[in-house]
Amino acid sequence: MDARIDLNNIGFDFDLTKRNAGLEANGATAPKATKTGTTIVGLLFKDGLVLGADTRATEGPIVADKNCEKIHYIAPNMYCCGAGTAADTEFTTNMISSQMELHRMSTGRESRVVTAMTLLKQYLFRHQGHISAALVLGGFDVTGPHLYTIYPHGSTDKLPYVTMGSGSLAAMSIFESRWRSDMERQEAIDLVKDAIEAGIFNDLGSGSNVDVCVIEKGKVDYLRNYARPNERAQKEQSYKFPRGTTAVLKTSIRDLVQVTEDTAMDIST
Amino acid sequence: MHVRPSTHPTSQAKEAAFSPYEDHGGTNLAIAGPDYCLLASDTRQSNGYNINTRFAPKTFKLSNKSVLATAGCQPDCAMVTTRVKQSMLTYKHNHNKEMSTSAIAQMLSIMLYQRRFFPYYDFNILGGLDEDGKGCVYSYDAVGSYERVPCSAFGSASALIQPFLDNQVRNKNQLGKPKVTEFEPVTPLPLAEALRICKDSFTSATERDIYTGDYLQIFIITREGVEEQIHELKKD
Amino acid sequence: MSIMEYNGAAVVAMVGKNCVAIASDTRLGQQAMTIDTNFQKVFPVTDKTMIGMAGLATDVLTLRDRFRYKVNMYKLKEERTIEPQTFAHMVSAALYEKRFGPYFIEPVIAGMDKRNQPFICSMDTIGCINFAKDFVVAGNAGGGLYGMCESLWEPDLEPEDLFETISQALLNAVDRNALSGWGAVVHIITPDQVITRQLKSRMLDWADPTVKDKAVRYTRL
Repeated sequence: MDARIDLNNIGFDFDLTKRNAGLEANGATAPKATKTGTTIVGLLFKDGLVLGADTRATEGPIVADKNCEKIHYIAPNMYCCGAGTAADTEFTTNMISSQMELHRMSTGRESRVVTAMTLLKQYLFRHQGHISAALVLGGFDVTGPHLYTIYPHGSTDKLPYVTMGSGSLAAMSIFESRWRSDMERQEAIDLVKDAIEAGIFNDLGSGSNVDVCVIEKGKVDYLRNYARPNERAQKEQSYKFPRGTTAVLKTSIRDLVQVTEDTAMDIST
Repeated sequence: MHVRPSTHPTSQAKEAAFSPYEDHGGTNLAIAGPDYCLLASDTRQSNGYNINTRFAPKTFKLSNKSVLATAGCQPDCAMVTTRVKQSMLTYKHNHNKEMSTSAIAQMLSIMLYQRRFFPYYDFNILGGLDEDGKGCVYSYDAVGSYERVPCSAFGSASALIQPFLDNQVRNKNQLGKPKVTEFEPVTPLPLAEALRICKDSFTSATERDIYTGDYLQIFIITREGVEEQIHELKKD
Repeated sequence: MSIMEYNGAAVVAMVGKNCVAIASDTRLGQQAMTIDTNFQKVFPVTDKTMIGMAGLATDVLTLRDRFRYKVNMYKLKEERTIEPQTFAHMVSAALYEKRFGPYFIEPVIAGMDKRNQPFICSMDTIGCINFAKDFVVAGNAGGGLYGMCESLWEPDLEPEDLFETISQALLNAVDRNALSGWGAVVHIITPDQVITRQLKSRMLDWADPTVKDKAVRYTRL
């Protein structure tokens, strides 16, 4: 373990792959990572584009996170929805976001959506689909609004309305019946909300709340939990226990000293 | 992971394995009290990430004293229920009296074990009142092993609900509360509290289990007969 | 057999009013066979931050040492104590680095930050962080823990009430799980105290005079 940060040695570490392959050869099976069985969508409207996502993260049949964020920041004028393995979407968008920032500093220009799209597709293609990130990338740059889908193997589409994830069919059924070109802003937000809700209610991999992100020329509105159609009902009773309910064998207490300013540490006076 | 279909369908070998079972999800719960029995099920029927229907009851009234809750593969559940009802009717015609809950319990066990090597994919809970008018709950595995228990949870969210019942119904791990041991057939819980615990079990399970939700169907069996309630659950 | 079920573990963390709690069972197994009943899975990171790890025990120990090293290096370089949020990202990055040959552990982090705000989070084996405002769970009793926590937890519990809630959640969940249990440890972190309690869980205590009678009674049945 080297303490220095070696910029030439960033990326994945395959040290444990041999050990893990050995374990698997002995009959062990590898665990499943958190998947975002997801509904993510995007559409173009008159003045820009709207991205939408549900907020459920699952681990098999269990809901791991009821209110996670699936619309990731890429640049001030650009956001990206992620479906697939949660860690992959999180780290991939994060890395591209940092590359875009460095690129902006180097060029002194606003980021273009096509740049982020190219970086993403090249990165995903390089890893041959092993990084399972399915993305909806949207942004508004000097050439106007752009909406892309990027598949885990690195292929891309550029379309006026898109859906992805396990709830993509439910969401697309809403888009196919109601999307028109040159919609008004509120109309577009409502359509995205309805598409995400179609996923939330009809796809078991999607659930909880609706996140919306509206991107227009020089303006971004991140509407976190724009709709909350699944609030938990009030419980029938409280399950607070009387103190002393649990049998304790041993207690040990560690008192922490709080150091505040103007105390023994201060030698100026 | 998103995979585009192969352009050469013939290049892929097809396996023609016979897989007769499907898991349709759903959860059941039962609590036996001193003079009542309570059975509850959600009504969602699902397949993979799809919801087949939001209202598919899988708990059925058998008589004024017994109710059967089923979970697993829907057609198997339906078949078991039908066969139990048929046998109960035959019994009534032969003996001119209703089958007791304990007799149904034994019969169901035999019915399930008859298919030991091609089992019904069906996890049952039989609830009702026993000969003394006490609540009784019998829980089964798929091939007919059964026992009388004070409370039980079965189905997709059983892992989430069972420890909660142990804690709140059988007072497990709680000092200063009367213990409900493995050998006692009923819990001392009053009906109103059992109902509250039952509803909270399901709202909690609905939060975390994707296969549980939509509606909650509760059957309350007392000396007066069987009362049925329907409550809403979350639909996401 | 999943490698996550080889040694067995259950870890849970909860948020209370100006406090957090983190708890784990103490069993170390080799599949169904119990090896040790006093195996620690929760470790202090700073005065007010702790990490619990569920999964393959060899990786639990390896990562405990790696994180101690990383936290010490952070302290030397930055001349300040690491915040729980920062530590969470440190753990996440360490796990994702091994994306294609992972450590088989699911970490749970609980702590109070410099403004004494409670912080908890959990991760999967490759470092996807789950920031929750109520509770997080990890390990083999995960389903049972989710069910217990979802039912028992309520907001703004005082430290002593939070202790009862997290203890009951853990004990009843592990009692329905064959791979975890055999004792439990609970840590309650408040702005000025860390309270650590060993719980009495479902195991025979031969010092208890009634146990012998019970054993005889069970044999007769």
